[in-house]
Amino acid sequence: MCNWARWLLAFGLMVRMPFAFAVDYPAELWQLGREATSEEVAAWDIDVRPDFAGLPPGSGSVEEGEILWLDKCSVCHGDFGDSNEVFSPIVLGNVTDEDISSGRVAALTDPAVVRTTLMKVATLSTLWDYINRAMPWNAPKSLQVGEVYALVAYLLQLGYVVDYDFVLSDANIAEIQKLMPNRNGMTTEHGLWSVDGTPDVVGSACTENCEVDVTVTSYLPDYAMNAHGNLKDQVRDYGPFPGIQTAPVEDSPAPQHESDSETPEAALAANGCSGCHGLDRALVGPAFTAIKERYQGQDAAAYLADKIRNGGSGVWGSIAMPPMSQLDGETLDGLVSWLLENK
Amino acid sequence: MSSDDLPDQGKIRLAPESFLDSDLIQSISRHGVDHRRRGLLQSAFGAAVAAMSGAVAASDQDILTLPEWSRTLGKPVAANPYGQPSMYEQNIIRRQSPGLTQTDQASVAFTPLQNMFGMITPSGLHFERHHQGWVDIDPRRHRLMINGLVEKPIVFTMEELMRMPSVSRMHFLECGANTALEWGNSAVPTVQYTHGMLSGSEWTGVPLSLLLERAGYDKGAKYLLAEGADGSSMTRTINMENALDDAIVAYGQNGEMLRPEQGYPLRLVVPGVQGVSWVKWLRRLEVGDMPYATKDEASHYVDLMPDGQQRQYTAIQEAKSVITAPSGGQKLQNCGYYSITGLAWSGRGTVTKVEVSVDGGRNWREARLDGPVLPKMLTRFHADWVWQGESALLQSRVHDSTGYIQPQRADLVAVRGTRSIYHNNAIQTWRVKPDGEVDNVQLG
Repeated sequence: MCNWARWLLAFGLMVRMPFAFAVDYPAELWQLGREATSEEVAAWDIDVRPDFAGLPPGSGSVEEGEILWLDKCSVCHGDFGDSNEVFSPIVLGNVTDEDISSGRVAALTDPAVVRTTLMKVATLSTLWDYINRAMPWNAPKSLQVGEVYALVAYLLQLGYVVDYDFVLSDANIAEIQKLMPNRNGMTTEHGLWSVDGTPDVVGSACTENCEVDVTVTSYLPDYAMNAHGNLKDQVRDYGPFPGIQTAPVEDSPAPQHESDSETPEAALAANGCSGCHGLDRALVGPAFTAIKERYQGQDAAAYLADKIRNGGSGVWGSIAMPPMSQLDGETLDGLVSWLLENK
Repeated sequence: MSSDDLPDQGKIRLAPESFLDSDLIQSISRHGVDHRRRGLLQSAFGAAVAAMSGAVAASDQDILTLPEWSRTLGKPVAANPYGQPSMYEQNIIRRQSPGLTQTDQASVAFTPLQNMFGMITPSGLHFERHHQGWVDIDPRRHRLMINGLVEKPIVFTMEELMRMPSVSRMHFLECGANTALEWGNSAVPTVQYTHGMLSGSEWTGVPLSLLLERAGYDKGAKYLLAEGADGSSMTRTINMENALDDAIVAYGQNGEMLRPEQGYPLRLVVPGVQGVSWVKWLRRLEVGDMPYATKDEASHYVDLMPDGQQRQYTAIQEAKSVITAPSGGQKLQNCGYYSITGLAWSGRGTVTKVEVSVDGGRNWREARLDGPVLPKMLTRFHADWVWQGESALLQSRVHDSTGYIQPQRADLVAVRGTRSIYHNNAIQTWRVKPDGEVDNVQLG
């Protein structure tokens, strides 16, 4: 039976001190929630720390890792972890023997060098943990423990941290972490970890005739002003500060009124096509206009329909196009005609 | 400059709606501009110019002609059971920066700060930043587990969490990478892209300290791992200092449940700390005795210094401010009075003062703070300004309750270089050109 008197008493205390509790709350509060079973904890507690607490036992070889990599990872990351097309490169061959020896990647001071994962990360546990919890991109948590070891081993080999015949396991992973090229490259000596930390840069309190250089050293050139689209359309178009017209003014922008949901444009959005293809700009895949340019005037409708439905690679680059098997025939035909006709 | 030096009238341009009557605007938007309507446009413009150069203003057709909304029956209640903005506000939406990311799942959509008022971000305009796409979780099947250095690991259902004592607190949320594009040079045109990974909301939920107490956490533990239930199961280490101070396990945002893009049905709120630590779709908290070096604190969200060292576990968002209007991509239509407005905030405490400069930081005067001024929350400021057609360099500068003052960009870059990506809290400069156009600039 509820004890209302105690609740009311506790309520009075809570109003006074919202974030102070423990003794003030009725004992019944502490009965909300229940003890987790060991099976439940094991199912969710998957993190692996830098001291490898949480690492499940197992092993995997570079060789196994290479096969898995080409099957599940190279689509986005490139065969050698070097692709910059979808994500930042993981490995690029700019880690030296001296880096591995010193534990500091020298190229991090060079603005011309693209920062790769292996140049930055100090802890091998990070790679194991993240691949295990979040990869592959479209099927997270589908890898077996041995597969995660193998993929980490393959990445280490691509970075020349280990040799091709290497096998990574729970027995040697802590030793291999001591070879990470940037293991000494992190610092917590800064003011941003704690709310009471000391700032490294503080502004001036000067309010009159302050000595500052007011030379304009950087601004967007005219040709870049429209790179984010017409700014006039991105700002409230009445009131004190309407947007600047940055796109060329069209004489009469006659709106097209096709049926909303069944247009090819709607199908492109609904099926995620626009994530990889721009209208006139190559993203992960080729621009739609480039496809038109290549195939228009040929009898290419059936060919394109097959490529969309079944996917493919090697025509426009190394990144594979995933099969779009969910498209019904009518939508597919509409997309193909649009591809060949679009302006 | 005295009022006698005002630029001549030819410089002054009125907004289009001031010389076109509403019927003509409607007709053009319905049918486009044909020969007849172009003629009407030209004569209307001519009349407007004549009115400006003449001594007597013409009467306003929007007053003389009753608009249709004054002559018709309005729409019924609940025509939109979940209310939507006016059809005239379609420009004010979240937007992506083209080419910033190659996938739409690990990407950003920015908040349109240039057209917002006050200190609260409407939930539908709250910026989005996901690492592996967003999900819409069935709250009946969602659980929160607390394990690690605790007396007993505990699981909660949403029903149990929502039954517990709750608090509602207003706090800002800023991505650690907000303004990242601006370290090296002016890169993007508007405040939406320079500062739009920023929001202010009222968050409702259970104090994290209460849940840790429920689990019987080890009082010597220094760290907490927070983990999401999405595909990436995003993880971040939380300092126990923040966890016990004012962190909330939140299910509410601005009076309703969290939006899916904001972690429905449960997210962590860590006031003053960068957004990536406010783990969305929160499923698990682990009490620990060492930091976890997760992907987003070992590969990303590390701040590269000029000597090649990377600052790790950079969590606190230092004090920062920005003028939101007038700002890049906008245009002043006329000389005269303007109210410069913007936002200021501090991850270490409360905004105590905001100053505004119109000459690139040579001279500053204090702005009005539009209350309430709350700790670790956005504060709205306003400053009067009479623009007389001159070129101007607008800046704002915040002071917080720790005595910290927001630095000029040159001072920040002198210490941190231009490659640290994260935690750029430098003073922003907007240039007003003599034609009224405003753009994003950096000073020497």
